[in-house]
Amino acid sequence: MAVRVLVAMSGGVDSSVAALLLKEQGYEVIGAHMKLWDYVEVGGDIHKDGRCCTVDSITDCRFVCDAIGAPFYVLNLSADFREKVIENFVSEYRAGRTPNPCVRCNSEVKWDAFLLKAEQLGCEYIATGHYAIVERGENGRLRIRKGVDGTRDQSYVLWGLSQDALSKTLMPLGMLTKAKVRDLARKHDLRTADKAESREICFVADDNYRRFLSEWEEKHHRRFESGEIVDEAGQVLGTHQGTPFYTIGQRKGLGVSNPKPLYVQKIDVADNRVVVGGEDALYADSLIADSVNWMAADPTAIPEFALVKIRYLHKPAPARLIRLTDSRIHVIFQQKQRAITPGQTVVFYDGDTVLGGGVIRETSAMSAA
Amino acid sequence: MDPIYLDHNATTPVEPEVVDAMQAYFGRRFGNASSVHQFGRDAKVALETAREQIAAFINCEPSELFFTSGGTESDNIAVLGTAFQWQAKKNHIIVGSTEHHAVLEPAEWLHHKHGFGFDKLPVDREGFTSPDSLRQLMTDQTFLVSVMHGNNETGAIQNLTALTEVCRERNVLFHTDAVQSVGKVPVDVKKLGVDLLSLTGHKIYGPKGAGALFVRQGVKITPLFYGGSHEKKRRPGTENVAGIVGLAKALEIAGRRMADDSARLGALTDYFIEAVLARIPHTHLNSPRRNRLPQVANLSFTGAEGESIVLSLDIEGVAVSSGSACTSGATEPSHVLVAMGIDRIVAQGAIRFSLGRSTTKEQIDRVLKVLPPIIERLRAMSPVHPQTQA
Repeated sequence: MAVRVLVAMSGGVDSSVAALLLKEQGYEVIGAHMKLWDYVEVGGDIHKDGRCCTVDSITDCRFVCDAIGAPFYVLNLSADFREKVIENFVSEYRAGRTPNPCVRCNSEVKWDAFLLKAEQLGCEYIATGHYAIVERGENGRLRIRKGVDGTRDQSYVLWGLSQDALSKTLMPLGMLTKAKVRDLARKHDLRTADKAESREICFVADDNYRRFLSEWEEKHHRRFESGEIVDEAGQVLGTHQGTPFYTIGQRKGLGVSNPKPLYVQKIDVADNRVVVGGEDALYADSLIADSVNWMAADPTAIPEFALVKIRYLHKPAPARLIRLTDSRIHVIFQQKQRAITPGQTVVFYDGDTVLGGGVIRETSAMSAA
Repeated sequence: MDPIYLDHNATTPVEPEVVDAMQAYFGRRFGNASSVHQFGRDAKVALETAREQIAAFINCEPSELFFTSGGTESDNIAVLGTAFQWQAKKNHIIVGSTEHHAVLEPAEWLHHKHGFGFDKLPVDREGFTSPDSLRQLMTDQTFLVSVMHGNNETGAIQNLTALTEVCRERNVLFHTDAVQSVGKVPVDVKKLGVDLLSLTGHKIYGPKGAGALFVRQGVKITPLFYGGSHEKKRRPGTENVAGIVGLAKALEIAGRRMADDSARLGALTDYFIEAVLARIPHTHLNSPRRNRLPQVANLSFTGAEGESIVLSLDIEGVAVSSGSACTSGATEPSHVLVAMGIDRIVAQGAIRFSLGRSTTKEQIDRVLKVLPPIIERLRAMSPVHPQTQA
């Protein structure tokens, strides 16, 4: 009997082709769309293209599944998503950090609630349209490797997956380029073949996270307090509209005039202050991360050195890894890095392979000491 | 393997005989029943013939029946149309707590947007209400009571006569949503004592988009639509002649087959219920054993959540419904079962099996084969597995 797989379908071309390929490979494919939020809840532009969780996206999934001969279901995981992703997103900003909700969603919703649903439906695997490769390393551990299409690398948001989750995961697009995926979709007349894609935060429909935070807080009868913008010496330079509206390294929109450009250095929630300074002060060579998950690396024998990526568009930089506890690590870069941001994800690579990752808690300039 | 359809309370296939009867009104006899010429006359005759047939079926006058697009519209006109008519004098509505949303939501809307008083009639463990409960909720402001005849989720058939007597004593209107019962059990508006009654075609092997509302002579309603004199201005819009002809034909067939269908499907449903209760432990029957639409079985499988059962059965080619609105990962239990006092966790595992004319014993036996392993699998993964609860 064919192996049953539940394919997570967003309504985009990638997951459409993932479903198609698995079907062609002889799997019993079941398509499912995770309904994570709705516009009434999150606001923003309802008509923006390429968005997940819209009626149009669900219709696209439905037609694609019909075309490839797979059942299709909409699974409402919005309660999980609100609690584990959106509320975390807001509280992280409130705590002065810059969260990565996609990482949270992957480990807390997709590879949790969705995976459970798959098991309930008798599926052996779940599958996604990520451009990444799931494979077993020489040390016997399952791991994620960057996909063949370097421009679509999604390994950065997948470091949180457990070994158990990886053992139940198929990512059929890892060996393909985006162009090839679109070709396949066109060849099979899938209606999502030329659909635009979005790479921003799905529930912030207009890509304006400040608008989202304000509306969310207003809806929950809370608001952000304004406060002082100060320099590193504590001198008041201006007023901020609430610390969550600022992020480390930000230059624009500070409303502070100064002969040389100023950047946000630190979000000081305790004193409700935003600390700004010159560009030089943005560089640090050390960080501490927690919530660490080891993937390719054996947790009992982590490597001393790795290439380390500190945000989605960051070029991985060599660093030394010092284990503090099972879930906490000290990372010392060979060269100072710009705008290491608490709340963001840090991912450790060996070449193209994800060794593991964590969430940045604090940053410090070691070499100055 | 051919799929098995056990969701006849959701909708039914149109009988070929009904399709045949409708056919001519799409083509050759396409006229607008309001037109004066021969095409119009021809359609009008078909329309009025259908009205007479349907009226006879529920024992009312043809003039007391008007056509709508189906159950939801009939229910809305009944609730809102009487409310707007009475607004100046009285403003309190009582509806059953196990009503369809087509009755509940207009009543709630009147409450929230127009300040109407609104109460829900409690039901017992089997979904039945009582004249005493109704008396207790009535005020001198009550102008309408709406209680469903045969429940769509559990099949419970309410004793309407006892309730309509209470209303008659106090000069209060009584509406019933009989969408699920018409054509399956005898429905006589005079015997039931109702003032308004909703019915629809697609639950009884007729077409979708054709329904009717019975409004007893002398009962005034304010129309919801305006723009023509169709249906005595109570429901303007060019009549769906083909659909209405189909509705009449479907009822004619239902009348002919009622005794046989009800005996066969009642026995088959009972067989299914007993077999499930015997084979799957920790199963609860939510449908009443007596006074039930013959072809409905609502069963809960503690520790297995409804949505997953429905999807798993679908993957095996068996079409059923959870009879509950899935609003979150933790499926929201059905308001009908919650109103019956059924534990929320039990209610979350509720599945509605509704049999129909095409259902065979072989199909039921196949369902009895595929269902137990699905329940077992889901329970093995469940945090509320009955064994771990004890």
